[in-house]
Amino acid sequence: MDAYQKSRGGFTFDLCNRNKLLVEEKKLSVPKAFKTGTTIVGIVYKGGVVLGADTRATEGPIVCDKNCEKIHKISEKIWCCGAGTAADTENIELHRLSTGKEPRSYLTIPAPLLRYQGYVSAALVLGGVDTEGGHIYTVWPHGSTDRLPYATMGSGSLAAMAIFEANYKDDMDEKEAINLVDSAIQAGIWNDLGSGGNVDIMVIDKKTGPRMMRNYKKLNERTFHAPGLYKFPKGTTGIDNYIL
Amino acid sequence: MEQLQNAIAESKSHPSTRTTRPIVTGASVLAIKYKDGVMVMSDTLASYGSMARYKSVQRICKVNETTLIGASGEYSDFQYLKDLVEELTDEEFDEDDGASMSPKEIHSYLSRVMYNRRSKIDPLYNFVCVAGFKEGKSYLGALDYFGSTFEEDVFTSGYGMYIALPLIRKDWSADMDEKSAVALLEKCMTVLFYRDCRTINKYNIAKVTASGVEISKPYSLKTEWSYKRFQNPHIIE
Repeated sequence: MDAYQKSRGGFTFDLCNRNKLLVEEKKLSVPKAFKTGTTIVGIVYKGGVVLGADTRATEGPIVCDKNCEKIHKISEKIWCCGAGTAADTENIELHRLSTGKEPRSYLTIPAPLLRYQGYVSAALVLGGVDTEGGHIYTVWPHGSTDRLPYATMGSGSLAAMAIFEANYKDDMDEKEAINLVDSAIQAGIWNDLGSGGNVDIMVIDKKTGPRMMRNYKKLNERTFHAPGLYKFPKGTTGIDNYIL
Repeated sequence: MEQLQNAIAESKSHPSTRTTRPIVTGASVLAIKYKDGVMVMSDTLASYGSMARYKSVQRICKVNETTLIGASGEYSDFQYLKDLVEELTDEEFDEDDGASMSPKEIHSYLSRVMYNRRSKIDPLYNFVCVAGFKEGKSYLGALDYFGSTFEEDVFTSGYGMYIALPLIRKDWSADMDEKSAVALLEKCMTVLFYRDCRTINKYNIAKVTASGVEISKPYSLKTEWSYKRFQNPHIIE
């Protein structure tokens, strides 16, 4: 059973029939999937690649996580940002864990997605560095891929892509690349309702490797905080009587 | 029985005449207030579905010395709006009493027209901007096919809402000079040309200022296609 599970890469579909019956016969509604309306981006610069993501996770119109992590590790030098159902994109990591191998190439990622014909609702921006340099790929839920100098995905992708189209140039240095990714994610955060929270940035340099900048910018800090611990000095409460 | 048959015959000769979906459409219109007035820009394409059918269409037009309107959406409905507005200006001309409609009044009039059509479930399928400059003040109003009206500092329609608006919000300021306003709108239209399929690289830019309305001749913008990874996606470096 273990080996069978392993070969399926962590996804099981045993309950699909039961769910179908529940909806058809018992007229129960399916619990809403916890989606990430998102802005995720990736860009190639002179020294490697930079990935960026916002941190808002939504359940329909409600923000259920204000600071979730959307940049996931595939291998040391291959990371991916995920838009779509949060659980599905996190499971891409399981793929690494279940196959037990270091993915050498981006092609290992879309293969399982193609197998699930779009039911695994993950739209990814994959970025990494290998012997041939830095690469950015987009992977769509049905399994197709694009290889690009700059890419954006998610509900905020149009806002972020506008920033890239207006400001991208070849061979940027690290600072320019980080600033551009930050601007693009911020365009998503401020202009798209499905994106919000903070900016996460991941720099993968050809020479020095990955550098995660979790919450690179904290843009939506709470203005007021609860005052904190109440400390009452001894004797605040009067004592009427001792009962021994 | 005879009455019923007559009713059926009559309904056959009066087919549904409401707009069910737009056929010939214009893409985005962008407009921003700036130091001297209001600047409006659009491309000159009227698409027939996915076909680039009419490539020299002016989607921005002058109303009077202080106002211009621009619209995206169904082009025939825009032509109808132009006719309505022309009726108003003709009446004004006939009255010949020196009074002239302000941009706000034209915006109000059109908003009533749009809302009434929407209430009859027969909308004018447009997203209109009314831009004007009267007595030292800029005016920029928005109208949509639901009859919603807004007065804003910037206006974008169609894909411009998703692509141009973030760019405009970043760089816009109320006291932009003409050069920066033109540069901002041109940058936005270039990005729209890259990312919106129903556009072409041919634009009209118009401004309304204290010296009246000026609509440019069509012109094109420079586009960039030579990034290394566009030329060779499998480049090794």
